[in-house]
Amino acid sequence: MNPTIGLPDMSRPDREPLIHLENAGLMPLPPPLEDPAKDHAFAALSAQARERYECGLDDTCALSFPRPKSEGEENELVARFLSGLDKLFSRENNWTFLQPLLLTMEHCARCQTCSDACHVFEASGRNELYRPTFRSEIVRRLYFKYVRRGGLLSAWQHGEIDLNWPLVARLAELSYRCNLCRRCAQSCPIGADNGLVAHELRKLFSQEMGIAPKEIHDNGSMLQLKVGSSTGMNPEAVKDNIAFIDEDTSEKTGMEVKTPWDVEGADVLLIHNAGEILAWPENPGAFALLLNAAGISWTMSSELAAYDSINYGLWYDDAQFARVALKHAEAARKLKVKRIVLGECGHAHKALAVIADRILGADLNIPRQSSLTLLRDIVASGRIEFDPARNDFPVTLHDPCNVVRLMGVVEPQRAIVRALCPQFREMEPHGVDNYCCGGGSGFAIMSGHNFPDWRFHVSGRKKLEQVLRAFQDCLDPSIPKYLCAPCSNCKGQFRDILAYYGLWENHRILYGGLVELIVNAMTAVKPGFIEWEWR
Amino acid sequence: MSSSLFYGLLYAGGIVFFAGCIVRAVRYSRQPIHLRWEIYPVPHGRVGELKIMIPEILFLKGLWEFNRPMWCVSFPFHFGLYLLAATTALLGCAAVSPPALVAILRQLYTASGAMGALLALGGAMGLLVRRLAVRELRTYSSLGDYLNLLFFIATLILLLAGYWLRPSGDPGLLAILRGAATFDTSVRLPSVFAAGMAAGAILLAYIPMTHMAHFIAKYFTYHRVRWDEAANVPGGSIEKRMAEYLMYRPTWAAPHVGAEGRTWAEIATANPARGAAK
Repeated sequence: MNPTIGLPDMSRPDREPLIHLENAGLMPLPPPLEDPAKDHAFAALSAQARERYECGLDDTCALSFPRPKSEGEENELVARFLSGLDKLFSRENNWTFLQPLLLTMEHCARCQTCSDACHVFEASGRNELYRPTFRSEIVRRLYFKYVRRGGLLSAWQHGEIDLNWPLVARLAELSYRCNLCRRCAQSCPIGADNGLVAHELRKLFSQEMGIAPKEIHDNGSMLQLKVGSSTGMNPEAVKDNIAFIDEDTSEKTGMEVKTPWDVEGADVLLIHNAGEILAWPENPGAFALLLNAAGISWTMSSELAAYDSINYGLWYDDAQFARVALKHAEAARKLKVKRIVLGECGHAHKALAVIADRILGADLNIPRQSSLTLLRDIVASGRIEFDPARNDFPVTLHDPCNVVRLMGVVEPQRAIVRALCPQFREMEPHGVDNYCCGGGSGFAIMSGHNFPDWRFHVSGRKKLEQVLRAFQDCLDPSIPKYLCAPCSNCKGQFRDILAYYGLWENHRILYGGLVELIVNAMTAVKPGFIEWEWR
Repeated sequence: MSSSLFYGLLYAGGIVFFAGCIVRAVRYSRQPIHLRWEIYPVPHGRVGELKIMIPEILFLKGLWEFNRPMWCVSFPFHFGLYLLAATTALLGCAAVSPPALVAILRQLYTASGAMGALLALGGAMGLLVRRLAVRELRTYSSLGDYLNLLFFIATLILLLAGYWLRPSGDPGLLAILRGAATFDTSVRLPSVFAAGMAAGAILLAYIPMTHMAHFIAKYFTYHRVRWDEAANVPGGSIEKRMAEYLMYRPTWAAPHVGAEGRTWAEIATANPARGAAK
């Protein structure tokens, strides 16, 4: 059992982790994972990693930030942190989120209502380090002390904090222990937003100090801006892959599938998360088949970054976010399409359809739409014949946070599964009250050191509980079950966590997208589009 | 304390309170329009908003839903303050009403004042006890949080005790109000009650300087953040403001941002992966 830690522990000069996680201390799971003793042991961080990087927070490490070699270097880093902190509260540097950040900094009543809403805090066994206000309270005290230049009176009113490099290093890591799902903000009686605090901290570290997880920055947004996709696919490679998917889908379904590229004046520019093309090719294949069958005028674009809807900047960096959003909009303008439709990727939805809205001016302000509403319209149109009996297996629906709570698209996906899946059952809670899959805000692609262990044991635990409860009446492996997750990032998390706990192998819980369920139910398609094979 | 000083304090308390609230509200309203950051469900139309706002403002519905133990003490505290505000308004009405109406209003403001002060006192004591007794609240509380509550408790005790224990023949609430309105120094002020009112005036002036001004923040967190899904319409006011913000010159120091005197518009159209950021 961990001793309860407090805010001053963050400044402890030793580099020992503040907490250790034990399976027995975590939130219990329902059957078949109810026995913590049978759970996987939490993989330890290597001694080399501990020696080389700043790993003084908990049992894992997201940033791999090298330990400074001298006190002078530490002091310089602290000075850069303070400089970034000032910029977070300046109009010129942070007009993008200044108003909500100020409101959050200055009005938290410390009532802890948000804590019960946080899946990370709950799943960790209510470990103090992961309480949503733990991180925010440190930033709040730093804000009043160093940005507002508060003296003794301020310390009396807002609380004291000791700033040193260990605190900054731990705070950097701690900004990557929140999925940015903003469930805490939804429950705050005042409207303070701890998710925003984590988001802004990440921005400070990236935009001022150049500190961000490699998977998100170097191999994410930078790679996308360099070759066109964080998968590394350039336009030629993506066209080749899509041609292969078209061929494969045609053969599998008995319907000829061809993806149109760079069609000027098309109604719809469809942008997938390019990860789908490599990891789940049946998803773009199903989209192509369905859009063609529905007679939609659509195209994909081979412009730089325009065939990959990801926008990792959403999670950590305003400059990177704006650059990618502009690339998406510019591609649509160049093709003179009527609207952009975002494939099954939650953060891409939120990034381009909502958050980018205000920076897309004049002719870049092209209508953007969720694929879920388009799919709902196609299913409801009556133009395509479906046989729901083809989907007669237990199905539950995961709500990606970016699509539901943060964008308000709740019913379209439900209308589809209700119409096409006779054994559909909801998770509880769902819709805007959903829980994050645990892979949100980049965690699903962050695999350095033992970070995946943390997201399996902690950030993904609450969702895992929900999935198991949804299928509690049919865990028997003779019954195939489908966890529908219309989001690439969420699917990545489900792929990893279901495999980690052997839930496909032992209980036949498969995950997949929404469009696959639709095509699986099309009478014109050869039966068996969903193949019930692990991938 | 002389009557003049007392009246002056009452006015000063009210003026500082309103000025402080206005300064705070203006400060938030002048912040730049941020990128959209709404949380759903977002109500639509005035009626839709009121359906959420009224239960939230009057009954703290969010707290009821998400933190029932806290609601049990926070609701009486806040509702008590609303009743005290209503008492002040009723007193104001009584001061300018004909005698026949004053009798009815007196019953109303006496009842709302007593009920309000008792509820607020009970709530404030409950909040203090919870903050001291519950570890997760205590850990995050500052000295200021406790003193704020103690300030409320002391003020409310003075007001209640001062009112109920005032010597017979001392002026009542309406007479004190009229005295304050006309700066009538001949009004014989009941000392304990007057001390309560003076403390109340100081407390009122202090509130906008603290996070207790969250009643102002809540307007912005709901209407300007959670529910703000106003789209950027071509030629609209948002587009104009964005054009202004995109000309700001940030000073972020990370190399990939490539600030170096550039505007946000220039930064957003540069590509650091192709050598254009720096």
